[in-house]
Amino acid sequence: MNNHVYVSRSKAIAARALGEETMVMSAADSTLFTLNEMASLIWEAADGATPLEEIVTKRICAQFEIAPEVAMKDAEKLVEDLAGHGILLLSGQPLAASRGETAGSSRETS
Amino acid sequence: MSSLAVEMVAKALKLNIPLSVQLDLTYRCNERCIHCYLDHDDHGEMTTAEIKNLLDQMAAAGVFYLTISGGEIMMRRDFFEILEYARALMFCVKLKTNGVLIRQREAERLHALGVESVQISIYSHRPEVHDEITKMPGSLRQSIDAVRLLRAQGLRVTLANVLMVQNAGDYPGVKALAVELDAKFIMDPTVTPMMDGDRSILKLNVDHAALQQVFRNQEMVGNVEEFCAPPQGPDEETLDMLPCSAGHTACYVSPYGDVYPCVQFPLPTGNVRRQKFLDIWRDSPQFQEVRSITLRDMPSCSKCTHGATCTRCPGLAYMEGNMRGPSSQDCEKSYARTGIPSENYKARHASPQPVSTLKLVQIQGLQRSEFIGDRIPS
Repeated sequence: MNNHVYVSRSKAIAARALGEETMVMSAADSTLFTLNEMASLIWEAADGATPLEEIVTKRICAQFEIAPEVAMKDAEKLVEDLAGHGILLLSGQPLAASRGETAGSSRETS
Repeated sequence: MSSLAVEMVAKALKLNIPLSVQLDLTYRCNERCIHCYLDHDDHGEMTTAEIKNLLDQMAAAGVFYLTISGGEIMMRRDFFEILEYARALMFCVKLKTNGVLIRQREAERLHALGVESVQISIYSHRPEVHDEITKMPGSLRQSIDAVRLLRAQGLRVTLANVLMVQNAGDYPGVKALAVELDAKFIMDPTVTPMMDGDRSILKLNVDHAALQQVFRNQEMVGNVEEFCAPPQGPDEETLDMLPCSAGHTACYVSPYGDVYPCVQFPLPTGNVRRQKFLDIWRDSPQFQEVRSITLRDMPSCSKCTHGATCTRCPGLAYMEGNMRGPSSQDCEKSYARTGIPSENYKARHASPQPVSTLKLVQIQGLQRSEFIGDRIPS
């Protein structure tokens, strides 16, 4: 994956912040995910207009002591995983943002 | 419930977050079910704007699971406007309906809006029984049509069956119907009082023998031996357990804005027309009292041999006059399940006492109770 990736939250999900974590449920199969604090920051910033690299730099590296390349690698893996479950949308171009709440991640099918 | 969901509930409990809310949009209904606890007249339902404002507040408060119920939810002309607003706020929305007003267009919209699941009340697989309970000719056919339309859209559907005298032998037929329709099935063996305290509809409850039959049906309960095992009595750990999620991580809001611990626990705690939802949730003395009660605080149940395993509903206990007291209907179920009567059951049957009738301030409704999980609207 290159760094010019735009991420947007899917409309076909339910989500809510719970403390520093975020609960996310896929409407497609009712799979429940929890996103940890770092993943939640990416989720909240996934507006479809901000490149992932910028999100990682401004939201993750600015708050956590983590090497940018490590953070970026983790972020890429996370968004690909969530995109695989239809929770995030990925594109090489800016995406229209979907209205909604804020999304590591554990998952379970209920 | 999955272990992750259990973990989330535990976290919500710790953070005092109302994770689950049932919101009844209306008590109006196009059916007139004989066991219904509702007053179907409109006594001043919240407006569209009031409901949207409430949804904003609930999202900010951390509500994740939003069950939209009634009455019949589609009696509100603004139903889809409200649903669309709720989904834009990313609630996990579950619907309870009789399905009578669901056609192709409605099914498509429900799917497009990402509804998590739809629960439809089916009282019998036989039209003459179902329609006699709903007092609406043709209602079974229309409800089944709705299930088919929703399933064709890929929506998850649950058939909810309330057990009563009129349909006591039909639950296996409804379960088979659920299999045929590729839907889930839940059954509730308890008809509960009307929310205004009127207990006359309790005469519709099935008798002890019928309850026993249900509880010994492997298809219904799984491992019968385990399900019907003699109770061990509460130990020190279970004495500190909380009764249920009502008021702890869940609550109910009526069409008039009244907030209760649960649809089946009509203890007035506040009204969102006069107070902020979160202020009621956090600060109402009634919620705080409900949260303070553990099994240890219940004089009768803490000493009962069924204390650790009873399905005691605090709402039903409240409606009997004491939220720290036993729920006699659950005592009946514990007895039918295990063959061992509770002290309350023995006392009541030795010298039957009239159950005090609550005269509640607000005109409200109540939905059916527990057993295999969910509450079933009538």
